Amino acid sequence: MDRAVHLRSAVALAGRFPALSGADLDVAAGEVVAVLGPNGAGKTSLLRTCAGLLAVTSGEAVVLGCDLRTERTAVRRKVGLLGHDASLYDELTAAENVRFAVRAAGGRSERVEPALERLGLVGRLRRTPAARLSAGQRRRAALAVVLARAPALWLLDEPHAGLDSVARELVDTVVAEVADAGAAVILTSHEAERAASVADRVLVMSGGRAADERVGERRPPLTAVSGGDADVA
Amino acid sequence: MWRDALLVLGKDVRIELRSRVALWQVLPFAVLVLVLFGFALGPGQHALRSAAPGLYWLAVLFSTVLATQRSFAIESGEGTRDGLRLSGIDPAGVFLGKAAAVALQLVAVQVVLGAGIVFLFDVHIATWWLAIVASALATVGLSAAGVLYGALSAGLRVRETLLPLLVLPIVAPVLIAASRAWSAAVVGTVASGTSWLKILGPFAAVYLAVGVALYGPLQETG
Repeated sequence: MDRAVHLRSAVALAGRFPALSGADLDVAAGEVVAVLGPNGAGKTSLLRTCAGLLAVTSGEAVVLGCDLRTERTAVRRKVGLLGHDASLYDELTAAENVRFAVRAAGGRSERVEPALERLGLVGRLRRTPAARLSAGQRRRAALAVVLARAPALWLLDEPHAGLDSVARELVDTVVAEVADAGAAVILTSHEAERAASVADRVLVMSGGRAADERVGERRPPLTAVSGGDADVA
Repeated sequence: MWRDALLVLGKDVRIELRSRVALWQVLPFAVLVLVLFGFALGPGQHALRSAAPGLYWLAVLFSTVLATQRSFAIESGEGTRDGLRLSGIDPAGVFLGKAAAVALQLVAVQVVLGAGIVFLFDVHIATWWLAIVASALATVGLSAAGVLYGALSAGLRVRETLLPLLVLPIVAPVLIAASRAWSAAVVGTVASGTSWLKILGPFAAVYLAVGVALYGPLQETG
């Protein structure tokens, strides 16, 4: 199985401050890894490092075949990040936000509608400006942006936050689908049980590095898919 | 780069059309500046007429700051800023698209202000082509410089107050050259007017080139 993420003793800086201090992580294509840990443990920094948003200053850091120290721009085009703040323009509708993201990535516009539908953003919701969506709907719209871009590596920062139980189930289903289609997924969470239920492996972080690792409850992928773009939309 | 610029331009224009910040805030502000300066100069028609080009460009300058601040306010959320960096859009394309969107707003401001100085100050332009060329070059220079310094201050907490401090001194040459060129256009002295275009042209070209080259690194630090 192809390696989507390979970090070995990776040190990353957020501005002048250390965000990761010697992190080790390997994630295969089609694998779901949940990252747990208290606030400030480095979960978000791990995702931002893998997205190429934080500068890696030492150690090995390869994401989707690109060295994070020299090819951050190339990495950014290949990953999808769902951050704490939804990356939506308030004045644009959910559909326009997704369309902009897809066109910016040079993707096909046919991916827009299926992604919106998959996340339940249909009818009036797809035409509503993002500013007027509820927190949960904004979260789903932001996830639709990631889904429509069809990245090979999904980086989801607390994807269940602010969602009702139905939407949480929907997120778990989407995660399972994209992983089955060959994409690697790293998600952070404060909910150990839910994280374990969707993940193949659970990583516990502390002080900017992995402190413990457990086996998750998700079944292993049925098929091993090589590391190309996962088109699940 | 050009495809990305068009994409960003389309997005920013669409957002402006929805929010109408330019229509309800930037335009009234520009007209207010013009009227208040007119009050300050008094009712003397001759003084108003001779000062009109300077007042006009001062109002455009202040509007540039507002339009630039607005351009970066829509990217001020942590998520949208990251989204743009992760989007795969060429930073030079982001710069050109944002500068073009600001330039479009400035054109709208100038049309309204132009009508303002005609009706309020009884100014009549003798050499239209000179005024239009000066406006075009100044608009490109102002929007390019504004977006460049807007990117520089974008990630800072004090960006609203810092941006005017950065931009206004830098664009002073545009204020001077555009005002003089317009003064020449009003009286019809083409030779003296065209000499000021030699400042506006290079200013616009330099800031466009610097913006295309440096927007990427600025986006990373902002």
